[in-house]
Amino acid sequence: MRAALTALVLAFCGAVFGQAGPKTPDANVEARMKLLAEELRCLVCQNQTIADSNASLAVDLRNQIRGQIAEGRSDAQIRSYMVERYGDFVLYKPPFQGNTIALWVAPVVLLAGGALAFVVLVRRKRAAPDAPSGPRKAEITRLLDAKD
Amino acid sequence: MIPELGHFALVIALTLALAQAILPLAGAATNRATLMGTARTLATGQFVFVAGAFAALVASFMANDFSVVNVATNSNSRLPGPYRFAASWGSHEGSMLLWTLMLAGWTFAVALFSRHLPERMVARVIGVMGLVSAGFLLFMLLTSNPFARLLPAAADGRDLNPLLQDPGMVIHPPMLYMGYVGFSVAFAFAIAALLEGRLDAAWARWSRPWTTAAWSFLTVGIMLGSWWAYYELGWGGWWFWDPVENASFMPWLAGTALIHSLAVTEKRGTFRSWTVLLAITAFSLSLVGTFLVRSGVLTSVHAFATDPARGIFILGFLVLVIGGSLALFAWRAPRVGLGGGFSPVSRESLLLANNVLLAVALAAVMLGTLYPLFLDALDAGKISVGPPYFEAVFAPLMAPAIFLMAVGPVASWKRAELPALWTRLKWAFAVAVAAGLILPFAFGRWSPLVAFGLLLAAWVIAASVVQVRARIALAPQSGLSARIAAQPAHWYGMVIAHLGIAIFIIGVTLVKGYETERDIRMAPGEKTVIGGYEFTFTGTKDVTGPNYLATQGQFEVRREGDIRIVRSMHPEKRVYQASGQTMTEADIDTGFTGDLYVSLGEPVGDGAWGVRVYHKPFVDWIWGGCLMMALGGILAIADKRYRSRMASHAKLDAALAPSKA
Repeated sequence: MRAALTALVLAFCGAVFGQAGPKTPDANVEARMKLLAEELRCLVCQNQTIADSNASLAVDLRNQIRGQIAEGRSDAQIRSYMVERYGDFVLYKPPFQGNTIALWVAPVVLLAGGALAFVVLVRRKRAAPDAPSGPRKAEITRLLDAKD
Repeated sequence: MIPELGHFALVIALTLALAQAILPLAGAATNRATLMGTARTLATGQFVFVAGAFAALVASFMANDFSVVNVATNSNSRLPGPYRFAASWGSHEGSMLLWTLMLAGWTFAVALFSRHLPERMVARVIGVMGLVSAGFLLFMLLTSNPFARLLPAAADGRDLNPLLQDPGMVIHPPMLYMGYVGFSVAFAFAIAALLEGRLDAAWARWSRPWTTAAWSFLTVGIMLGSWWAYYELGWGGWWFWDPVENASFMPWLAGTALIHSLAVTEKRGTFRSWTVLLAITAFSLSLVGTFLVRSGVLTSVHAFATDPARGIFILGFLVLVIGGSLALFAWRAPRVGLGGGFSPVSRESLLLANNVLLAVALAAVMLGTLYPLFLDALDAGKISVGPPYFEAVFAPLMAPAIFLMAVGPVASWKRAELPALWTRLKWAFAVAVAAGLILPFAFGRWSPLVAFGLLLAAWVIAASVVQVRARIALAPQSGLSARIAAQPAHWYGMVIAHLGIAIFIIGVTLVKGYETERDIRMAPGEKTVIGGYEFTFTGTKDVTGPNYLATQGQFEVRREGDIRIVRSMHPEKRVYQASGQTMTEADIDTGFTGDLYVSLGEPVGDGAWGVRVYHKPFVDWIWGGCLMMALGGILAIADKRYRSRMASHAKLDAALAPSKA
């Protein structure tokens, strides 16, 4: 089922190349466009950025970005233009806002928790007895390593 | 007739799996040798019948039996033989059967290669695997029968998705599933240990080769998927942090942590409960991954609703397996006991740091993958979580882990001294810093990210060199070759796997830092220059494939400023006849220091085409690094200490039996 859906979407995405990029691209504009396009989702595709997709929407939007860069608009302005038109869904890097607080904060909290666990464990282990399980351990090691 | 035989074989396999789950576990609980003794026989029988069912499905595909729904929707009479074979697992139902076959295969392998283990341990391991297998067989028989008939039969099939008609896709799913399912062995060992209430160095030694084998398969599986995406999807990306990719990456992260934790448990008897928890986690994530990808939930949270029976079964099964094993863990883990102590600077503490970082990274990947699904399900907004998020979160967590990875093998167990470590590693550190500062200039442009990536890679390589030299210099044998030969295979495996990480980092860093692309319109005769190569488009020609028609672009590639053609490249635009789908088939010139990559877009009139040309420096090092990691795993398993007969059953049984006191 999923394969069929993928196929459908990909067929759609691959369908129209429309007009390709410009004949003589300006390297600076292209570089900025690429960085921006890599953060934006192609809304008619399975899971592709505007930079990667060949769907007509993606080609259009790439040209839009080129145009807006040429008009001298900033990256932030171009991004908010996209969000106005297509919603937060278009951003692959979700903005920090009410419904994404957990998404952005959790990794930091997790890392802090991990660090705390590390410290607690290491302190406990420093105080722990030395030999693991005495004669039993030695016996098991001996048996495991015996060649017989 | 053949599909019915297959179906019937599945029913028999289910009864055998149930017996395999119940009898040995009951035998182990009541200490009855006869019941425990059934484990191997039942596992073998189950494997035979699942393999029979799988053979029946393959036969239906090979014979173009379009009266089977599965064949009619996923194959076509013009589909080439190898792809008809691979189409057997192209569907949800087929992939479930492949999964079950792998599980039965791993169980059979455990039955074969466990002669040196205590009978009760083997009975429990095989019993637990039987339980899992029974769940999958029941799922197939109740909701996802791969042999369902279609009456009247279709005249021809709808064809396999053209994206999957590719050699990479023939081997990617089996490898991935070998990895996923392989973790079931580690899982079964963990459950067996919890049931036994005893978990020690012996247990860790038995689990290790199985875990490493599964991890190696998973590594190759993920690598093949990434490579396939690179050449088949036509935009030259190799990892997109797509939910489907993350679903396979999460068990890998858990498995990587598990391998390292097992090492500590075997050598020092520490981290026991954590090791067991990781084994449960790795397999649980494999289960979740399989179902997430295969149920379509990842594409849409509403996919469950399309077939509620499947959804409810899957949820119930996951709750049973994961919840049940976690409950068992909570109940029995306190009995497992603690290991010996270690100082804050020691190999143990470094491996603990590695595990903490891997666990946090795993949690972050899971959060990013599931967060949009939760938001959507709660109607709290639609957002996308993509590469920028994962890179921002994952890279900072992995960088320290990789830094420590180079230190770990040099540090001694139990207690290491920082000044001594510094003395041993200062030259490696100097080499790494120098590499970060200078090497980027060799590629043209210095940037902090490239410098940092190369520094990390150089650090890992240089520290490995230090380690290898020291170990071989200190070996008691006389003569260099004798000393080299005296080192154990598992140690070489570790070194090669770690070097694989370094190679991987070099590939990622250089391709991210220096790749160039052109997305342009080209008319016949026009040229474009990229990465020091000049591409001339000379036109297109029509090509007929076995089940598709293609327009093939003709490109001549020259070094810039030279007139000799060094390579001609032929990307294709294919239309598959049965489905009418269009596919972009890129042409790639693979090289040690980088790839040239050309793909065709659409015609834009007057014989001109939209064309994408990429130069991807060192991109193949990414997959080369993955292969080295897997090779390291294989070497580790090949170590003779896993194969030695160790000790007679009786002696080990006596040593492992719960002490009377």
